[in-house]
Amino acid sequence: MNDEPLWSIFIGSCLINNFVLAYFLGICPFLGVSGKLDTAVRMGGAVTFVMMVSSMAAFGINSLLMMIGLPFLKLISFIAVIASTVQLVEMFIKKTSPTLFRALGIFLPLITTNCAILAVALFQTNKGYGFLQSIVYAAGAGIGFTLALVLMAGLREKMELGNTPELVKGTAITLIIAGFLSVCFMGFAGLFS
Amino acid sequence: MAVGFEQEQSVTPDDFIKGVWKQNPVFVQVLGMCPVLAVTNTAINALAMGLATAFVLLMSNIVVSTIRNVVPKQVRIVTFILVIATFVTIVDYAIQAVSLDLHKALGAFISLIVVNCLILGRAEAFASQNSVARSALDALGMGVGFTLALLCLGGVREILGAGSLFNVRLFGESYQEWVVMMLPPGGFFTLAGWLLLINWYQQRKSRLQEAKESTL
Repeated sequence: MNDEPLWSIFIGSCLINNFVLAYFLGICPFLGVSGKLDTAVRMGGAVTFVMMVSSMAAFGINSLLMMIGLPFLKLISFIAVIASTVQLVEMFIKKTSPTLFRALGIFLPLITTNCAILAVALFQTNKGYGFLQSIVYAAGAGIGFTLALVLMAGLREKMELGNTPELVKGTAITLIIAGFLSVCFMGFAGLFS
Repeated sequence: MAVGFEQEQSVTPDDFIKGVWKQNPVFVQVLGMCPVLAVTNTAINALAMGLATAFVLLMSNIVVSTIRNVVPKQVRIVTFILVIATFVTIVDYAIQAVSLDLHKALGAFISLIVVNCLILGRAEAFASQNSVARSALDALGMGVGFTLALLCLGGVREILGAGSLFNVRLFGESYQEWVVMMLPPGGFFTLAGWLLLINWYQQRKSRLQEAKESTL
């Protein structure tokens, strides 16, 4: 059992080991949905929610699989739970806010293949976090993801107005910006030891 | 695709070649970015990751293509993911048995092959509609293309960041290591560099072609 304090888990997963900029998880939505600020915020919210739900489910599944001694089924059952959670969120958003549903478009079902979510489930079991620690870890990871997405969207909206050379337009310039953001986030590494 | 009689398209070498160059999964389609950036800090890690992904891609394409007429349309994505997850579990345990150091270096990214969009993408876009032989060839091409791209990134990052390639030192003692290349930002910068190079090459090619046509 791991007895890391909750606030250190939160800061750690949100800033120091930011899932997008330090672990390179969830790069596809990071590059795909970061064009507009409000879409980025909503996408971040949806991902954070799915992360927290699947983190709770993963904790339960892991304890169960350990109890009956079938650890090799871990990966398969995690991915199945995440897929059904995403399905649930999709139905919920479709009923409550059709505008948001249209705005997120194809990226909503693609949350299933967002590596950040499966990674939260895997990392928390590897680190041996308890139930409360797992939830805090997932919340930190989700908020960190949203933060990176929002920062990126803000920068890209500014870039639209700028005069970028034809050669670097598209993915290349986005990656260079992401590199600089990542350098900035490295500054958090010494926040506390 | 019609049920029952399916037109058996002939196997062409193009199925293989397009994955390596024309539709290279990393440089052209920009798919499966997470492992591309995360584990390419040395050439050996990049090679291992590329081979593991290629193996999963090949096996899952073969299985998906074999069962493509049996699986109902509504549950196909879930079925594909479960097939992929099975092979990833096999690879995970195999790497752990062969080399514990490598398993530690790659960490959770072996398990994360499950959510590599490239594999699900090929299963959905190609293997679920084509014959077993073509799907296998397609997977081989994409796998080779993916591995090559990872090697390109891993090679550059290791040369710049540690002054070596496959753990062989290339420069003298006085070489000042460019540490940022081994750290996360280096992944973004190196990939951006390769994309710029490819953009430049393609723009040059189309410019040359235009010039040729205007002189005719």
